[in-house]
Amino acid sequence: MLRAVLLFPLLCLALLSASFSARAAMEIQVIGGAANKIAVAMVPFQAAPGQPVPALDEIAGNDLDRSGQFRRVDVSGTPPPRAPAQVNYSIWRSKGADALVIGQVTTLPGGRYEVRFYLLDVIKQAQLAGYSYTISASQWRATAHQIADIIYEKLTGTRGAFSSRIAYVQKQGKRYELRVADADGQNPRTVMRSGESVISPRFSPDGARIAYVSFEDKKPVVYVQSLQNGSRRKVAAFKGSNSAPAWAPDGRRLAVVLTRDDASQIYLINADGSGLTRLTRGGNLDTEPVFAPDGQTIYFTSDRGGSAQIYRVAASGGDPRRVTFSGSYNVSPAISPDGRYLAYISREEGRFSVVLHELASGQTRVLTDTARDESPSFAPNGQAVLYATVQGGRGILGTASLDGKTRARLSESGVDAREPAWGP
Amino acid sequence: MNKIFWPVLFALTLSACGTTGGTQATVEDRTGGSTTAATTATPAGGTESTGVSGAGVTGTALAGDASADPRKNPASPLSKRSVFFDFDSFVVKDEYRPMLEAHAGYLLSKRDARVILQGNADERGSREYNLALGQKRAEAVRKALAVLGVSDAQMEAISFGEEKPRNEADTEAAYAENRRTDVVYGDE
Repeated sequence: MLRAVLLFPLLCLALLSASFSARAAMEIQVIGGAANKIAVAMVPFQAAPGQPVPALDEIAGNDLDRSGQFRRVDVSGTPPPRAPAQVNYSIWRSKGADALVIGQVTTLPGGRYEVRFYLLDVIKQAQLAGYSYTISASQWRATAHQIADIIYEKLTGTRGAFSSRIAYVQKQGKRYELRVADADGQNPRTVMRSGESVISPRFSPDGARIAYVSFEDKKPVVYVQSLQNGSRRKVAAFKGSNSAPAWAPDGRRLAVVLTRDDASQIYLINADGSGLTRLTRGGNLDTEPVFAPDGQTIYFTSDRGGSAQIYRVAASGGDPRRVTFSGSYNVSPAISPDGRYLAYISREEGRFSVVLHELASGQTRVLTDTARDESPSFAPNGQAVLYATVQGGRGILGTASLDGKTRARLSESGVDAREPAWGP
Repeated sequence: MNKIFWPVLFALTLSACGTTGGTQATVEDRTGGSTTAATTATPAGGTESTGVSGAGVTGTALAGDASADPRKNPASPLSKRSVFFDFDSFVVKDEYRPMLEAHAGYLLSKRDARVILQGNADERGSREYNLALGQKRAEAVRKALAVLGVSDAQMEAISFGEEKPRNEADTEAAYAENRRTDVVYGDE
C-alpha cells in the first residue's frame, strides 16, 4: 500500500510534464503601423545550390514587422549580394532603403551550419553589424530571432525582445495545455497538460521556472514547475483557494492570493512554499498582485473602494493607495520593466480593452479595439504588450505596440489560446 | 478493505492527474472505512477533503439504497445543492434559508461529515478576479452555515471562478446560472 501511494505522484509527473512537439503554427497579421518607419531591405540569405536555406530573412522580417517600427523594402529584381563588398548602395538608396540586411548560409560537416549576416547603413554606406553563428538544424528560428534583435537594437537604440518566450494556456475540448513558445508564437512546447483548467502562468525572472494555478486538485492550487526538467511542487495549497502567483524580481519569493484566513487576500511566500506572511488585510477582495521592477511596491486589484480598481502597496506592508480612478472596472495590472507604465484591462460600456497608463502623469491610452481583452503583460524590453482576446468565438493572442498603432495577431487555427504571459 | 481501497486509489490517481473524462464517479461507502483510506491516499500538500468525485471511471455503489441517504432524496431540502446570486451580488437570498438550515442540521448531526462550498462566476472579465468573486459567493454560504452553528473544521470554501461553467452559452441566462455556490459533500 505504501508503495502504491508513493508511485502515483510519479505517474502524474510523467503524464503532465512530458513535452510534446508542435503541430500547427501560428500566423501573424499586422493591422496598423506607426508614421515614421525605418525602411529595411531584407535580402534572402544565400547558399550554394542544393543547400537548405530556411527563411531566416522572413522570420526576422516578421519579428521587425510586429514591432511596427519598420517598413520592409521590396527586394525583388535585384541581384542578391552575399557580402558587404558586393553591395551596390545606389540601387538600395533608389529603392528607398535606410538599412540593408544580407547574409549567407554554409553547410558544415556533422549537420551543422554557418550563418553569416550583415546589417548595412545604406545612407552612410557603412556596416552597422556583422555576425557569424555556427548552429545545428534545430536552431534556425533562434538564430533568426537573434538577428532580428541585433537589427532592432542597432536601428532603434532599444534592445530587442524577439528571442524571449511567451507562455499561454491552450484549450482543446476538455483538455488544457500549458505551453511555452517563442515570442512570435511559433515553436510551441507543451510543459503541462491536464483535464482541468490551468490559469495565470508566470515565468520566474530568470525564465527557468514557471508558476501557475492548476485546478487538478479540484480547487485552485499554485504550482511552481522547472522548465528544465519538468519537476514541480505545490507552493500554495492551503485551505480554500490559492491563486494569482507573481514573482518577486529576485526570483526567491512570490506574491499569491489565499483565502485561508479571510476573503481573497495577498500573501508573500518563498518559492519553496516556506515563510508565509500576509500582506493585505481588511476582508475586501484583493487579487492579481504584481511586483514593480524594484521589488519595493506591489500593484494589485481590489474592490475595497466599491468597484474593481488597481491599488499599490509597499511590499513590506502598510496602507494601500488607489492608482486608477476612472470607470468601474480596472483589473489585471502589469507593470513595464522600466516601471513607467501600467497596462491593465478596463471595462467601458461593456467592452474590455487593454489600457496603457503612464504612472507619473496618470495619462491613459487604449491600445486595442477588441471587446474581450484579458491578461496583459509587457515584453522584456517594454516595447509591446501581449494580451488575450476573443475573435470569431475563440481565444487568440495578440501584441500591441505602446503607441497603440501596431497590433499583431499570434493565432493558431481551431484552438482556444488564453492566459498569455511574456517571459524573459 | 482491500477490495474497496484499490478502486478508490485508482479513481484518485486519475483524479489527481487531471485526466478527467467528465464522468461523475461516486464511490459510496457507509462503513466509513474506505473514506479514511481514500483520504490518506490523497497527495501530500493537498486539501484533506478533496473527495473522489469527478474521476474518469464509473464507480459502483457498494451497498444500500440511494434513498436511504437523505442527501439523495429528492423530497429532502438536502438534495438542493445550489445557491444562485444576482449580478455583482454576494448576498444569500432568503429563499435558500430552508435548504441551508437542512444542510446545517445534517452537518451538526454528523460531525465527521465535511462539506466543500464551490463558488462560481460568469465568464466576463478577468479570470483571477472572477476566481475571487466566486470565492466571495462561497464565503457567503460558508458564513450562513457558520451562523447556523456549523463548525469551520467541517467546511471549506473554494472557488472555480469562471473555469467550470454549468452553462457555457454566452447569454444573460447562462451567466445567471454560473453565478452560484454549490454545496458538495466530501464523500461524494
